[in-house]
Amino acid sequence: MTRRHLISVERDLDRERIERIVSLAGSFEEVAHREIKKVPALRGRTVLNLFYEASTRTRSSFELAAKRLSADVVNFAASGSSVEKGESLKDTVLTLSAHKPDVVCVRTPWAGAADLVAKWSGASVVNAGDGKHEHPTQALLDVYTLVRKLGALDGAKIWIVGDVLHSRVARSNILAFQRMGASVTLAGPPTLIPRGIENLGCDVRYDLDELRDADVVYALRMQNERIDQPYLPTLREYAERFQINGKRLHPRQVLMHPGPVNRGIELSGEVVDSPQAVITAQVEGGVVVRMAVLYELLEGARSPEGGGTRATTAGARDPQLA
Amino acid sequence: MDAEKVVLDGDDIRRTLVRVAHEIVEKNAEPEGLALVGIHRRGAVLAQRLHRLVEDLLDREVPLGDLDISFYRDDVAHRSEHPVVHASHVDFPLDRRTVVLVDDVLYTGRTVRAAIDALFDYGRPARIQLAVLADRGHRELPFRADYVGKNLPTSKRERVSVRVEEIDGHDEVALVPAPEEVPA
Repeated sequence: MTRRHLISVERDLDRERIERIVSLAGSFEEVAHREIKKVPALRGRTVLNLFYEASTRTRSSFELAAKRLSADVVNFAASGSSVEKGESLKDTVLTLSAHKPDVVCVRTPWAGAADLVAKWSGASVVNAGDGKHEHPTQALLDVYTLVRKLGALDGAKIWIVGDVLHSRVARSNILAFQRMGASVTLAGPPTLIPRGIENLGCDVRYDLDELRDADVVYALRMQNERIDQPYLPTLREYAERFQINGKRLHPRQVLMHPGPVNRGIELSGEVVDSPQAVITAQVEGGVVVRMAVLYELLEGARSPEGGGTRATTAGARDPQLA
Repeated sequence: MDAEKVVLDGDDIRRTLVRVAHEIVEKNAEPEGLALVGIHRRGAVLAQRLHRLVEDLLDREVPLGDLDISFYRDDVAHRSEHPVVHASHVDFPLDRRTVVLVDDVLYTGRTVRAAIDALFDYGRPARIQLAVLADRGHRELPFRADYVGKNLPTSKRERVSVRVEEIDGHDEVALVPAPEEVPA
């Protein structure tokens, strides 16, 4: 069995695998509501969280997901580590590989870094965000949230609004939503919509005049660090033209956001707290979806040492393991 | 190659389940503490049927649950396929209860081990009993069933195929002979 990875939606996730992960996540939902929220599925496995960027919710949800599967977790944050002394990504990965992790969850500001980690480490790699490239587990949890809300994505019209240019979430979500049968429209100021993105098969709008068409409105985070750059005149002007507020959002629409929300910029406070918003459900879905991702990756995968101590008997392999 | 052999037909299964239901009632003098939990998938179907029979015999409600033990198995690394995982439902408190676990076939005992582990994550039952439609031997763990529908001496290379109407369209237990050895 070869090692499997989850690095990009584009390469690693077809509809069948998305549906498998969504269905597994549904089974883990039941575990999350028990008094003992833990199953022994990944007992003895090691999950390494390698984070080169600040991220509270992604890291904590990977950590909680691994712990609820009874895996051992090592958290490695770039600040306060030898990375500050100038250790390269490659050396860090090679050093940490000595811990023999079964899965490495990696977040970096560099597009393509997760691929390199997969090459250097003996583990299955989950991309927890690599620069502006992709963020596949976010896409999976968004699909999961929508499947639970709408039943299916086939035929749904999803508008992704805001800073598409700097967003790895947008890139992964466009592909995942389309593979699940939804049609995607991107809306935002022309400076924040990458040229040629319609080649992915989505519509592009530079205003919100037809936002009423959408079944789902997915607002992207406006990253404050962009305001010094020539992408936007002012945040106030952005908010005037593209903020999702009570006037623009229809009661039948579903509102999503990858968090953390800038209230008063991409979303008005009233819509964040409205019944249309599923932002909290997205966070809750994050843990069960990441449990599903870790479980699915290790299903059928021997540990890097070859798993020599694990019992292999005809009975255990028999589908009729009774 | 021999054809498969039907060892229990629909009528046999019905009669067997009636007998097992009687045994469950007979063995548990305090029916108020009784609960049935089936193991996915066919064990859960059999548990539903036993549950109806036991409720009729006792003339009282008995809690019923079902368990998917995928996350409790010890062989996650040895499966190459992706089995469908079902959600478990144990919506009643287990404390101080006698839980009858129900499965279709008892073989190595590994499923039972996993199911007992799973049950303990829901609570602390007073007692766990095991009911199976067929016991085919070849245990790898020290378990025995409290209620056995039929003892089926088998070779390890045979398969016992339990079919139930709800999933397979008809009720039947068949012995499927081992596939011919493929010359290397």
